[in-house]
Formats: sequence, structure tokens, C-alpha cells
Amino acid sequence: MREVSRMGFLLGLMDLPAALGERSSGSPTNNSHPQSFAIVSFRWNHVKDPYVITLWILVASLAKIVFHLSHKVTRVVPESALLIVLGVFLGGIVWAADHIASFTLTPEVFFFYLLPPIVLDAGYFMPNRLFFGNLGSILLYAVIGTIWNAATTGLSLYGVYRTGIMGHLDSGLLDFLLFGSLIAAVDPVAVLAVFEEVHVNEVLFIIVFGESLLNDAVTVVLYNVFESFVAIGPENVTGTECVKGIVSFFVVSLGGTLVGIFFAFLLSLVSRFTKHVRIIEPGFVFIISYLSYLTAEMLSLSAILAITFCGICCQKYVKANISEQSSTTVRYTMKMLASGAETIIFMFLGISAVNPEIWTWNTAFILLTLVFISVYRVIGVVLQTWILNHYRMVQLEIIDQVVMSYGGLRGAVAFALVALLDTKKVKEKNLFVSTTIIVVFFTVIFQGLTIKPLVQWLKVKKSEHREPKLNEKLHGRAFDHILSAIEDISGQIGHNYLRDKWSNFDRKFLSKLLMRRSAQKSRDQILNVFHELNLKDAISYVAEGERRGSLAFIRSPSTDNMVNVDFSTPRPSTVESSVSYLLREKAGPVCLDMQALEQRRKSIRDTEDTVAHHTLQQYLYKPRQEHKHLYSRHEIMHNEDEKQDKEIFHRTMRKRLESFKSTKLGINHPKKLNKIHKRERGQKRRNSNVIPNGKIPSENPVQDYTLKEKDSEFSEAEENNDYETLHLGKGVDFLANVTKQNFTDNPAGKNINCMQNFFTQI
Amino acid sequence: MGSAQSVPPEMRALAERTGFTSEQIEQLHRRFKQLSHNRKTIRKEDFDTIPDLEFNPIRARIVHAFFDKRNLRKAPAGLAEEINFEDFLTIMSYFRPIEMDMDEERLESFRKEKLKFLFHMYDADYDGIITLQEYKNVLDELMSGNPHLEKESLRAIAEGAMLEAASACMARTGPDEVYEGITFEDFLKVWKGIDIETKMHVRFLTMEAIAHCY
Repeated sequence: MREVSRMGFLLGLMDLPAALGERSSGSPTNNSHPQSFAIVSFRWNHVKDPYVITLWILVASLAKIVFHLSHKVTRVVPESALLIVLGVFLGGIVWAADHIASFTLTPEVFFFYLLPPIVLDAGYFMPNRLFFGNLGSILLYAVIGTIWNAATTGLSLYGVYRTGIMGHLDSGLLDFLLFGSLIAAVDPVAVLAVFEEVHVNEVLFIIVFGESLLNDAVTVVLYNVFESFVAIGPENVTGTECVKGIVSFFVVSLGGTLVGIFFAFLLSLVSRFTKHVRIIEPGFVFIISYLSYLTAEMLSLSAILAITFCGICCQKYVKANISEQSSTTVRYTMKMLASGAETIIFMFLGISAVNPEIWTWNTAFILLTLVFISVYRVIGVVLQTWILNHYRMVQLEIIDQVVMSYGGLRGAVAFALVALLDTKKVKEKNLFVSTTIIVVFFTVIFQGLTIKPLVQWLKVKKSEHREPKLNEKLHGRAFDHILSAIEDISGQIGHNYLRDKWSNFDRKFLSKLLMRRSAQKSRDQILNVFHELNLKDAISYVAEGERRGSLAFIRSPSTDNMVNVDFSTPRPSTVESSVSYLLREKAGPVCLDMQALEQRRKSIRDTEDTVAHHTLQQYLYKPRQEHKHLYSRHEIMHNEDEKQDKEIFHRTMRKRLESFKSTKLGINHPKKLNKIHKRERGQKRRNSNVIPNGKIPSENPVQDYTLKEKDSEFSEAEENNDYETLHLGKGVDFLANVTKQNFTDNPAGKNINCMQNFFTQI
Repeated sequence: MGSAQSVPPEMRALAERTGFTSEQIEQLHRRFKQLSHNRKTIRKEDFDTIPDLEFNPIRARIVHAFFDKRNLRKAPAGLAEEINFEDFLTIMSYFRPIEMDMDEERLESFRKEKLKFLFHMYDADYDGIITLQEYKNVLDELMSGNPHLEKESLRAIAEGAMLEAASACMARTGPDEVYEGITFEDFLKVWKGIDIETKMHVRFLTMEAIAHCY
């Protein structure tokens, strides 16, 4: 409540300077000759515009904070609804204070500044595989569905109008069709806002969301066609005009897509060369994508499609090319812009509603619009799903259809479009505006409020957020190949065949052109998951270290003993987590560097390596700094203490691994040994196994020297031990990931044996 | 449809056994004839004539799977020399999409069959267990398309995946047992959360198949 009053105050404050400004702007004519030097002057006009804009943004953001203070409320009410209500409230205050409708959501601001970030965010983070896998369904709903909605709504309203229930309206058939076309489209902003909080399963989400994005082409075409039809007058609408309309649909949609793809290509190409301008790297993403939006807008093509496909197509290459930091920057900036824009949109929707000048009330019209859009949406969805289910592998069930119908929200796009109408041509603009506002409010607030309980009640399959598992990726890859092989064998062209062809083409030509050479090698889904898992482990290891106060627990004598004891007398234990504890100790410094080293391995003699290495540090907390010495070769020679640490560490390792050796692991050791010693100096970081053991072969010859020195310093057994350590450590990192982080002091002897025995196969 | 193999009553029996519709069988039969050059059986070499298959990194394994006696349900081990149309259909039936009218039990057994097919693909030595070495072999093949990958990382990945799977079943092995590899039950466990029946299928259209010309 305090916040609200504060905001009210702010608003009052805003009005005050506005009033002041009026007065002071009047005065210069009187005071053209100031009497004396003014030490400080109040220059409101000077800053008025940016100041007001910033204040509104601040208000919107503060509102968000306020909402999230109350957890109970945000769980039930979607944020968008709250923002609209707030907007109405604020608009009411301004109205009451000043009797002027202050800020309204002008279509220009909306289309140029508020919508692009949201759509770009959607496109850039679009799960491509899912999207293209369901593209057929999405297209059907987007195109046919929207046309159906528009036509039926418009025609029905016209039909009812003719019966006279609505009273007298200065509109013809075309006006109604125009209105139908702008109210028919499902809105991406609203869908995103609501579905984000609902977490339905991904197929459902992508279909509704994809529909909301792709229907823009249809909306744009229908809107423009009917608007010009209204302008030229119903008498002049001939067959050719209609044909032109149909043709324009294809031109607009395909053209928009091509513009997007072109700019995506441009962006990927540019990102390939930005290695030396890392600071502004993220900027390119935004600038070029925005250009694609504006270019399409300039050519009167579908701008939303352009920027969506720009995001979709450039994802892969841009993410591969730009540095980790830039990638993070892009991600967060995009999310911030999108979220901010969304907040502002909803708030302004609320504010714009408080504008009595535009309010025209026609009960029948408004009510019927609401009824028609809901009913026709349901019918449309059911019909289309029935058709689709003949062709789809994964059938869309009744529950999915319910959610799809119910999730067809209208939002700001419809409002902006209706605000764009020319009152001279469309005489009933105010009625349309009022109706649109009510429809938008209804769908966002009411449907947004009730969709969550509905989803729960219907037990819709939720999205499962699972940890990425290597097995899944591996098998998934195997699947893809198997399925495309079966398709080849059975002589059919199916999804897998197409996808296979595309990825071959991509690998051979596109990636070579658009991806940096260093990135080409390392881009692989399976490797990425491997990567991620290692990193996660590293982070959790450090977090655990922090929890315990220091990372020195590795060499605490107690654990030392315990470990040895366990190895010699295997004890049955049920605590799996203790294995991870044990292995963490060993694997600690090991896997911390995994990612850095993976990176290094991939790009030989690339300063990118060091950057990546430093990047890794950014992901981990401060303690890692202290710990750095343990694996970094730089410090090892200079810092006595750390050297000592390392010795102790290795001694401990050796002890443990010797006991390991006593089981059946000894067989393969000699072979490995040879391999290790044959390793070239920092040439190829072949053995990721060896590397993570704290030996960072790098291009620095000094370090290599120390590497060799290390070889001689410790015994051969040490090498093996380290190697095996890493083997074990690395592999079981996943185990550690899987098990809970309960660090007890009872390492599981049984489990260790399991591991030992397992590794006899190595 | 003029081949002696596809006389209506036989076809009906086939349809029942494998679950395909008669149009699908007809179509697959046409394809079979193409592949076998109008003979009654197909041999391994006949698969070489499919041009697109060449780019597939695990083509050998897949072709192998066609001749695997376990998949053909003829024997617990071994490779057949050649397969006839019935066998061809049997293998293809593993990839049939699920139907809406299947009940839980059938769905479950269908699922198991698909997974068994997969399992046999990994388990090359017929011992019913996927060992680390076999896993590595599969991985090698899978990633052979990416020439930049180094052997060590492949090995690391294989081990990691193996351990992930092993963690699902660690509780069952006693303290002194040697953990050999993944058995079929463990394999099932790994796949428990994932809807394999929706992922592992190929659309067998009833429309004219697009023949690969060669």
C-alpha cells in the first residue's frame, strides 16, 4: 500500500512539473531578459520526455517488486492481470487528478519498441527441434485457424447486426470483417505471459505459442486487406482485389520469413568475426535482429515473422561463435528487455483503458464478441485437431484441445491494431476499441486466472524439467540415426529423413561458413551435455566447499584415514551419497578445471582458451580463487604452500589408488602409462583424463616443463593413479550429480567395490 | 500386388501378427521387392544399394539388426544369412506407431519390444548384457560423424553414460559381485521416464511411397 501511495505521489509529481512546465514555458516571453545569474534553475522542459518515460518504467518495475512480495497472490493471479489492474488504477488516479488521459499505449511505441524485444526473445530461445517437429500443426492452427476465427467472428457479428439487436451502427460488412480479423489473432505476449506460469508440457506449449507467433502474417494481411477495402469502399471490391489479397498473404509471410533468414545469416556471419570486439559482441545480436524487424516493416511484410525467424535461425551459430560472457550477456539482456516490455505493455493496457473519450458501450456487440470468439475458437480447435490427428504421431487429446482453446488469449497486438484504425474510415472505431479492451481484459484476467486451476484439474501433462542425462542424449542420437535409416530402408521420406538431410547440409556448408573454426569442432549435443554435467559438478563441489568452510577438507587426516580404512575393509552401506563425497574429494580439483580444459582441448593455441578458462572462474565462487593454485600450473612453482598442498593431495591420491590397484585394475596400467609418456608437449590435449588432474598442458613451454618435471617427480604409479583417479573421478561425477548431497562420513564400501569392479573392464 | 508371397490369406495372417494394415503391407512389399531385386530374400549386400544409408554412422549396426536372429524371434543368438518378407515385416513392426486403441497391457509389451530391439542393437555379443566396451563401440560409431572428437573424450563420455546407467541399479549388486554391465532390466529402468513409444516410430504412410531411385 505504501508503494501504491508512493507511486500515486510520483504521478502527482509528474503532473506538477507538467503544469509547471506549462507556466514556465509561458514565462520566457516575459522574462526574455533574466535579471541575474540563476545559480540553479528548474529545467523541466529540457528533460521532460526521457524523464517521464523513465519514470513510467520505474513505476512498472516497482510494481513488479510489490507483486512478488506476496507469494500467495502471485501463485494464483498471473502477473499480467495484476499489471493491468494496476494500470487501471494508475490511470484512474491520473484521470481523477487531472482529468486528462495521460499516457496511452500508442501503436507506434508498441510496434517499434515494446513488441520486438519480446518476439526476439521468443525466437532466440525457441526450441528449434520441437518447433520444426510440430511445424505442420503450428502452421495449420496459425493460418487456417486464424482465418476461420476472423471469418466466423466477423460474419456472425455482421449477421447479428443485421437482425438489429445491436441497434444502429455505422458499419458495413467490411468493418465487421476488419474487426473480426484483428480480434481473431492469438497474442504471443499474452500467451507467453500466462503459459510461462502454467508449465504445460512442451508440445502443447509450442503449438499454442508457435501459433501465436506465426499468425502474425495472417493478421497483418487480413488487417491490411480489410482496411484498404474499407478505405476504397465496398463498391470497389472486386475479384481481383480479393485475389490480390490472397497473393499478398503468401508474399507477406514468405517475404517476412526470408527477410528474417537473411538477417540471421548476416548476424551469424558477423558473429564469426567478432573475436576481437568481445565487448560489443552482444550488441550485434540486438541490432541486426532489430534491423530485420524494421526492414520487414518497411517493406510491409510481416515483421514479427522476420524477427522470429531471425532469432530461430541464428541461434545455433551465434551461440557457438560468441564467447560465454557475451552469450550470458545476450541472454540476460534479452530476458530483461522482454520482461520489461511485457510489464510496460500490460500496465499501459490498463492505463489506456481509463480514457472516457473512447468509451462506447454497446452491450450486445461486446457480449456477442466475447461469446463468438470463445465459441468459434473451440470449434476451430476441435475441427483442426481432428484433421491433424490423422497425420500426427503424437495425438492431441481432448485435454490438450481444451487447453489450446482456453489458451487462445488476445492481447496487446489486437489493441494496438485497433488503435491504429482511422476514425474517418472506420466510423465505429471507438466501439471497436472499447470492445477490444474488454476482450483483452477478459482473456488476460479471467482466462489467465482460471487456466492454472483448470490445468491442474484436468491433470494436463506438465513439463518435466529433467537434468540433462548423457544417456538420453546418446540414445536420442542413436534413435535419430536408426529412425532415419528405417525411413531410408522403407523408402519413405519422413521427418527423420528431412532432418538428417538438413543436418548433413548444415554440417557441410553452413557451419563451415558461419561458425568459427574452433566452434565447429566442439559443437555437439552430446559434448555439450557432458560439458554441462562437469561444470555443474564443479560448481556444486565448490559450493560444498564453501559450506564446509574451506576446501581443505580434501587433505584432512580424518578423511584420509577413513578412506583407507574403507578400501581395505569394505563395509556394506546404503548411503550412496558418501561415494560421491569420496569421489568429490578425489575429483575435486579434477573436475573444476574440466570445462576450461575441454575448451582448451578443442581450440589449440587459441587465446580463446585463456578466455574460456577465465570465464570458468566467473561461474564459480570466490573460494575457487584460493583453490586455483591447486591446479593452475602458474602458481605451482612459485608458491611454496600450494606446492605443499599439492603434494599432500597427491600423496593422498596415491594411497587411495594403490588400494584400488590391489583389485583387478592393474591390468591396463602399463598401456596407459606408455600413452601418457608418449604425450607431446602441450601439442594435443589428448587425454582429458590426464589433464584434469591439475596438469594443464598449455602453450606455455614453462608449464610444459613443469609437466615433465611432474612426471619425473612422482612415481609411475602416481601417473597411473592420477589417470585412474580421473577416470573414476570424471565418470562418477555424474554419479555425484545423481545422488543427493548428503555428506556423511560413511563412504559406501559396497558401492566403491561396485565401481572398482566396474572398472575392471577398462 | 502380384507376388506369390502376398496371397490374401497369408497377408491377413501377416497383418494380424505384425499389426500393419494391408495397404501398408502391400507398400512394404513393393519396397521389399525393390531391395531384393525381385528375389524372395534379402541379403546384407542388398542394403548397400540404398544411397542415403551410406551417410548414416551406425548403418552397419542397423543392417545387422535386420538379420539378428533375436529380433527375428528365431533364436537367442546368431545372424541370419538372409531374410524373407515376413522377417522384413517383423523388423519393421518394431517401429510401428502406437495406436489410440491400445490398452495398457499391450502398450507395455509394445514398449518392451521396442526397447528390446534397441537393446539388441547395443548388445553385439548376444550375452544379454551391455558392457562398457560395447557401449564404447556404439558411441564410437555414433560420433564418428564428427571427426574432431578425440578418443579420450569419447571414452570419458561412454564411461559417464555407463555410470549414469549403473547408478540406477547399483543397489542391486551385492558387495562382491562384479558389475558386468547393463542388463535388460536396467536398460528398462534407464528408459522409464521417457516415452519411447512416442519417439521410436516411423510413419508408415498408406500413400504411395516415394521410392529412392537407384
